[in-house]
Amino acid sequence: MSTAPGRFAQHLASGASLVPGLPALLDPGVDLEAMAHQAREVTLQRFGRAVRLFAPLYVSNACLSSCTYCGFSKDLDVARRTLTVEQVVEEAQSLVAQGFRHLLLVSGEHRVEVSADYLVACVVALRQFVPSLSIETQTWSDDTYARLVEAGLEGVVHYQETYDRGRYAETHVAGWKRDYDRRLASTERAAEAGVRRLGIGVLLGLSVDWRADVQTVAEHAAWLQRHYWRTEVTVSLPRIKPSASGFQPLVPVTDAEYVQALCALRLVAPEVGIVLSTREAPALRDGLVRIAVTTMSAGSSTEPGGYLHPGEAQEQFAISDERSPAEVAAMLVAAGYDPVWKDAFALRT
Amino acid sequence: MLQIAGRSFRSRLLVGTGKFRSHEVMRDALVASGADIVTVALRRVDLSRPQDDILSFVPAGMTLLPNTSGAVDADEAVRLARLGRAATGADLVKLEVTPDPRTLAPDPIFTLRAAELLVAERFTVLPYCSADPVLCRHLEEAGCATVMPLGAWIGSNRGLRTRDAIEVIVAQAGVPVVVDAGLGVPSDAAEAMEIGASAVLVNTAIAVAADPVQMARAFALATEAGRLGYLAGPGAVSATAEASSPLTGFLT
Repeated sequence: MSTAPGRFAQHLASGASLVPGLPALLDPGVDLEAMAHQAREVTLQRFGRAVRLFAPLYVSNACLSSCTYCGFSKDLDVARRTLTVEQVVEEAQSLVAQGFRHLLLVSGEHRVEVSADYLVACVVALRQFVPSLSIETQTWSDDTYARLVEAGLEGVVHYQETYDRGRYAETHVAGWKRDYDRRLASTERAAEAGVRRLGIGVLLGLSVDWRADVQTVAEHAAWLQRHYWRTEVTVSLPRIKPSASGFQPLVPVTDAEYVQALCALRLVAPEVGIVLSTREAPALRDGLVRIAVTTMSAGSSTEPGGYLHPGEAQEQFAISDERSPAEVAAMLVAAGYDPVWKDAFALRT
Repeated sequence: MLQIAGRSFRSRLLVGTGKFRSHEVMRDALVASGADIVTVALRRVDLSRPQDDILSFVPAGMTLLPNTSGAVDADEAVRLARLGRAATGADLVKLEVTPDPRTLAPDPIFTLRAAELLVAERFTVLPYCSADPVLCRHLEEAGCATVMPLGAWIGSNRGLRTRDAIEVIVAQAGVPVVVDAGLGVPSDAAEAMEIGASAVLVNTAIAVAADPVQMARAFALATEAGRLGYLAGPGAVSATAEASSPLTGFLT
C-alpha cells in the first residue's frame, strides 16, 4: 500500500525550482575557502555569535520498519527497550541537570510501543521543566501532530533520508517507512497541524548522488517556507555512521564535500537553522560552527535510557564527538560563540 | 531627557542583548553604550540557573525592558509579559509579536490586540511595530507608552529604509518614537535622531561588530550627535550653492 503524492511531491514532479542558484554552488570546481567566508558572513548576520544546544532523548528502539542502514531495523536481533514515561522524565532530568532546555525525543517506528498517547503523555510530563520539546519518530497520518501541538510540542523532525525514489525503495525494505510519499507528505501534515519548527534532512551516503539530495532538501525547505509561512524550517545533513546494520555507504561524502554542502545550503537559505549532530568528529564540528551551523547536539547517547543506564539497549549509531556538553560549550566559548542552552518558552503550562 | 510613561532617562540609545559572543562581552558593550534601558528576551531568561543567566550580566542601575520575542500571537505575548513582570517586578514590556520566522516582521494585528490586553493589565507597553503611521496612531490610542517602528528588517543592518514613514510618525506622535531594528552603523542612528526620533534601539549592529564595545560607544555618540543636530534646527537644503557670507550684506 502506498500513499498518493503530497503537494511537495507534486511540486518536485513539476520540475520547477525555488533554489535555481544551488547547482553552481555544489559544483566540484568552486573555491571552497571563499564560499566558506561568504557563508560565515551570512550566518553571523542572521544568527549572531550564538549556537543553540540540544540533546536527543531516545525513548525507544522498538521498530516495525526495516531499513538497511539503521541499528534499530526490525530484522536485527538487538536488545530492545521502550522507556516508561517515568523513565523518560528521569532521563530528561539528567539532561536538564547538564544544562539542556531543548530536547528532541527520538524513537524507532513502533506504533504500539510508541503510540500517539505515549508521546502526548511524554510531552505533558516534560513540559513542566523543559521549555522546548521536539520529536523524531515515525510519521503520522491522523490527528497526532495536532494533539502533540496542543500538548505543547514545539518541533517535529522527519528526514526523508534520500529523495531518490529508487534508492529509497532499495534501502527502506518494509514497514510504514517504506512508503516514500507517506513520509514526504508528513512534513506538510505537521506544518498544517501548527508545528512551529520543522526539521528536514537527508542521510548523505545513502544515495549515489549526494548533490541531488542536497539540491532537493534545499528545494523542500524553500517550498515549506513558501507554503507554511509560520513554520520555522531547519535542515540537517547527517552522514551515514557505523551501526549494527553493517551498512556501507555506496559513495562516501568527503569532509570537503560535506563542508561545501553546508556552505551551499547556508547561501541559498540564509534564515534556515542548520543542525549538526555528534555523528561528526570534533574537529569538523568545531570548524563548521564558524561557518554555517547554528544548532548542535552534545554529549549524545543514541540508545534508549542511555544517559542514566548506558549499555542496556542497542544504540542507533555510533557517535564521533564524545565530548561532554560542558566541553562542547567550552569549545564554543573559546571560538567566540555563546552556547545558548535556553532559547524558548513553554508553549503550554 | 527621554520621558517614557512618566520616567526620565538620560540616554536616548536603548540596547538589546541578543547575538553577543558571550555574556561578558555583552556586559562590557552595555556599559560602553551608556544606555539606561536594556531589553532582554524572556525566552532566553532561565531563572532556574541564576548564576549563568543573562540577567545576571546586565549592569546594575540599568532599567530592564523584558521583551516578548518569539511570541506568535497576542495570547503568547501576554503570557510572556506576565512572566517578565514576575521575573523583574516591573510593568515595562517591549511587545514583540512575530509569527513569520523568516522576516521576523511585526504582526500589526496581533501587536495591537496584545497591546490592548496588556494596557488593560496595567503594563507599560512599548510595542515594536511596522513603520505604519496609522498603526502607530492605533497603538498610541490603545495606551502604549511609545511606538517603536522598524528602520529596516530586524538584524539586517540596512539602515533607515523607512525614513519617509518615520518622518510622518514623528510629526504626528504624542508619545516617544523609538526607531527599532535595522540600524546598521552609527550614522543610521544619527539620521533617525536628526529627523526627530525620540530614541533608537540597537542590538545586532553592536553584537556582531568586530569590536562590540567600541561600536556601542560609537552608537552612543552618534545618537547624541543626531539629537543635538535635531535640537539645533538644521538649515534648509538647497539644490544650489548659497554663500555663507552674503555678497549684498552691506545694503542692510
